Amino acid sequence: MVHDNLENKHTDMDGEALRQRFGAQILQVSQGLDCETVVVARPAIVEVCHFLKCERGYEQLMDLCGVDMSEHPAHRQDEPRFQVVYHLLSVSRNRRLRLKVMADERDLVDSVTEVWPTANWFEREAFDLFGIIFNHHPDLRRILTDYGFEGHPLRKDFPLTGRVEMFFDEEQWRCVYRPNTLENRVLIEKTWPGGDRG
Amino acid sequence: MAEIKNYTLNFGPQHPAAHGVLRLVMELDGEVVEKADPHIGLLHRGTEKLFEYKTYQQNVPYFDRFDYVSMMANEHAYALAVERLLGITPPERAQYIRVMYAELTRILNHCLWLGAVALDIGAMTVFLYCFREREDIFDFYEAVSGARMHAAYFRPGGVAKDLPEGLLDKIKAFTERFPGYVDEYETLLTENRIWKQRNVDIAVVDEQGALDWGFSGPMIRGSNIAWDLRKTQPYDVYDKMDFEVPVGVTGDCYDRYLVRVEEMRQSNRIVQQCIEWLENNPGPVKIDDYKLTNPPRAEMKTDMEALIHHFKFFSEGYHVPEGEVYAAVEHPKGEFGVYLVSDGSNKPYRMKVRAPGFAHLQALDYMTRGHMVADVVAILGTQDIVFGEVDR
Repeated sequence: MVHDNLENKHTDMDGEALRQRFGAQILQVSQGLDCETVVVARPAIVEVCHFLKCERGYEQLMDLCGVDMSEHPAHRQDEPRFQVVYHLLSVSRNRRLRLKVMADERDLVDSVTEVWPTANWFEREAFDLFGIIFNHHPDLRRILTDYGFEGHPLRKDFPLTGRVEMFFDEEQWRCVYRPNTLENRVLIEKTWPGGDRG
Repeated sequence: MAEIKNYTLNFGPQHPAAHGVLRLVMELDGEVVEKADPHIGLLHRGTEKLFEYKTYQQNVPYFDRFDYVSMMANEHAYALAVERLLGITPPERAQYIRVMYAELTRILNHCLWLGAVALDIGAMTVFLYCFREREDIFDFYEAVSGARMHAAYFRPGGVAKDLPEGLLDKIKAFTERFPGYVDEYETLLTENRIWKQRNVDIAVVDEQGALDWGFSGPMIRGSNIAWDLRKTQPYDVYDKMDFEVPVGVTGDCYDRYLVRVEEMRQSNRIVQQCIEWLENNPGPVKIDDYKLTNPPRAEMKTDMEALIHHFKFFSEGYHVPEGEVYAAVEHPKGEFGVYLVSDGSNKPYRMKVRAPGFAHLQALDYMTRGHMVADVVAILGTQDIVFGEVDR
């Protein structure tokens, strides 16, 4: 449900307030199941966040995560591969808001650490697991995976079993990696309703 | 004059006060912490990747293993997320059971927290006392689910089974004893000189700091912000419960201790209210739709349709409509959220778990700066860190 033709300008709706302030930088506003969802143009994200924090009372960034859309049935080939999803919480107004930014592998998403310092680790996590690169991030290192890990494990093209396994080598007396020989056993197929399920 | 320079100290990952597997690289000026850089991920199990390959039913037990000291609270967030996408509401009795167990879980969590923190700071007795009560609650877990810890009891659509006979009486007896136990903990700690020296004015977080660093739960309430999702964004039957939200004044470790102790008393009150309702209101404990919940065992023996439903439910699972939802609960540690993206199939497309400990641990650097090395242990304790949820 897109509020494109919303007539009344009651600024209680954050999407509407963002539209009035940022115009074409706000790509889409919709009412989700739980809260409003706003898709923001990538270059505007930091300004939008500053505005939401200072003027709309969103004091807290609750969550920031990446989503790899490449295998989603609703994903089109010409759309960027990743979504960065921000969940904001306003303690004073008791309300939540979801922001989304689209990004491809090589796109730089501006870091929102200057708005909420807590974004630091969440962005590191999105970088680690998806390879989304955050511009102006103070310390963009891997966070959850091993030191020197290769690849981004939550990308859809990364195998569930991983690419390497670690073992202790008696001769060298240290841990080393070798390519793993595991195969991913799919016990239950992914199905959609209405499909032929035998 | 001798040259004095900072040195770097590695704390963990194997250290009894690291609460699991935390590696902390600290830059020290003498005994004063200049910078603390937590290296996490030593317990990373790739659960979010595994979710994408499991059906919704198979994902339930993974939630027990996030914050492995408050198992059912994790399942609660997952159950709510899936229910909201499916557009279903579990029966009222299931909601009361969930609230009762969520609050027992809060007591369970805070007992471990109190025992572990007191042990870190040097009080051995509290640990033994707290574990005595934990044992009682583990028995209640076992009675409903068969497992002492990893219960897999809250499921989308309700709870796995109704309460066994006689359990409510046992829980009732526990809730009558429990306030006395909390008094015992308080006698040992609240006015204890050493406990106060170690906690008062340590890691003071003001309101702005708590908001900026994404604090939630007892951490934000310790900083004088009365924010509790059970009150502000109630889920299940929390809106029918009568309880108070304790807040701290100064935002130091001691305030957060007082907040958690009072939360134990308030949780006990909620459990009592749930027992009273549950005693008088029998009824179904999961929604009446065998596409989404498993049919009763007895029915399977005689009814072919029930048998088919049972087979389908445990093999293919159920389909969740395409969409996205963020469901958060007031977990004992803070806001535990599940962001679920569904593509309409029987497996989640992407599921992100927002762990409160992740945001809190990040603020360790902010909280420890300027404190002594020994205080790091107290601060780590006050954050109530469990690595199952931080590393996921």
